[in-house]
Amino acid sequence: MTSLASISPERATARRRLPAMLLVACAAIAVIVAFGGYFVTVVCFAAIYALFVSGLNLFMGYTGQVSFGQNAFAALGGYATAVLTTRLHLDPLAALVCGALLSAAIAAAVGYPTLRLRGHYLAMATLALGLIAYEVAVQWNGLTQGYMGISGIPGLGFAGFEIDNERLQAIVLLAIAALGMGAAVRLRRSRFGRALGAIAGSEEAAQALGVDVTRYKLWAFVIAAVYASIAGSLMAQYVGFVSPEVFGLSMVVLGFTMLYVGGIGNVSGPLIGALIVEALPQAVSGLKDYQDLVYGVGLLVILIYAPKGLAAVDRGVPFKPGSKS
Amino acid sequence: MAALLDIRGLSARHGQVEALKRVDLAVSRGEFVLVLGPNGAGKSTLLSAIMGLIPGSGAIRFGDAAVERLSTRARAQRGMIMVPESRGIFGPLSVWENLELGAYLARDHGEVAARRAKVYELFPRLRERESQAAGSLSGGEQQMLAIGRGLMANPTLLMLDEPSLGLAPRIAAEILETLGELNRSGLTILLVEQKAPLALKLAQRAYVLSLGRIAAERTPDQLSSAHDLARFYLA
Repeated sequence: MTSLASISPERATARRRLPAMLLVACAAIAVIVAFGGYFVTVVCFAAIYALFVSGLNLFMGYTGQVSFGQNAFAALGGYATAVLTTRLHLDPLAALVCGALLSAAIAAAVGYPTLRLRGHYLAMATLALGLIAYEVAVQWNGLTQGYMGISGIPGLGFAGFEIDNERLQAIVLLAIAALGMGAAVRLRRSRFGRALGAIAGSEEAAQALGVDVTRYKLWAFVIAAVYASIAGSLMAQYVGFVSPEVFGLSMVVLGFTMLYVGGIGNVSGPLIGALIVEALPQAVSGLKDYQDLVYGVGLLVILIYAPKGLAAVDRGVPFKPGSKS
Repeated sequence: MAALLDIRGLSARHGQVEALKRVDLAVSRGEFVLVLGPNGAGKSTLLSAIMGLIPGSGAIRFGDAAVERLSTRARAQRGMIMVPESRGIFGPLSVWENLELGAYLARDHGEVAARRAKVYELFPRLRERESQAAGSLSGGEQQMLAIGRGLMANPTLLMLDEPSLGLAPRIAAEILETLGELNRSGLTILLVEQKAPLALKLAQRAYVLSLGRIAAERTPDQLSSAHDLARFYLA
């Protein structure tokens, strides 16, 4: 039994917040049911991206590392789902699991030598991962059908049951994103999560306390890859199509924008960031020629006035430009 | 008395520079040993090399075992714990989490809770700030946390790298006095420090490190004259 003395103050706060979180979840479902059309599409993409960014947050926000190559693992998950469901007629859920396992194995193999690098060198090495994945998707015509991509991917579902109602799809995707974020919360509050936080703070100090820095960095990379892979699989199932462009560099840029707008290192940051970045273009679409300009300015204003991200605003962090950690 | 830590011919590089040159040093069980020296003398490199954070050559015995080939983690498991320079506090994590990380290698929750209670007894201010982000603490509180985190590991030997760095004189004196208390309760301490007059009052023996070599090994009485200290610092 866990003694009271060993319950962290953070966990006690989270327990107090649980009813409020359930209320927000119920409200989200009610809004999805009440509205339809494009709003639900925005929610679906935001939920998928929230999962993708949660993995990125674990590696960057919690562990203090940099990766520009998470799109490689999203592509692995997406293409694994596409190939396994359309050619081998595997169940979408089984294909998703296969994609995640493949991504974990490749992340472990690639991460072992790559994670010895630090800072800009690590950033460049991971950027190369994404570029290699893109080239493989383009060049391996026999498997990926190159630029044409693969279509006809079965929708969200399992064991022969396909969810064809978009509102239900949004609820399921939100539930999956919530599960992913919940798992990230548990990880962050575990002994493993504290070790990641220590690595982010000072690798040398963490090592001096007995933390196996190399092994934990690799684990964080593998877990982030699994998150990206599941997001890629869900993207393939939701859209019904994959191509190299779906998992291109724009996915990385979008992921980073969501991470910083929502709040890096903050558990709810990925979902908030994903919702804002997905919804903002639609909100300003009436401005026609000026919509890109207003979208860009909107993001800049958020980053200037909430440098720790929107998720940090409710935690008493000064809501003013240039506030430091 | 057999030495708890016995170092023979330890050399280490800091980048291209040979920062430690065949250093011999010993610390007996229950002793408070001070390493003095000016900036760039190799004091921090010495502690990093002892912990295995940087590669070095030479022999390091801890207790009955040779540890020079062991990983940093294995050395920590044997009770060699270092409080790094600039405290090495994990800023975004709470005080509670920082302390938990100190006991990272311990598996018994009850034991960890007991150690935390002792740390809170020694530094009551940490209990008050338990759920606060460590980065938001004052310099003195951060140093208390760094020492408290080291104590959470239940060290056999506590090595501290300039704990008074950047602190107001009164706070620095408090911190050093706490180290004296810990030593009197039986903890072996190896302290690297520039604030010589304060630290010399607590130590039983002192080494002076100069340009990566041991320039002298003295008792505090022998070193306490300003003339003696200046000679070593300016050498």
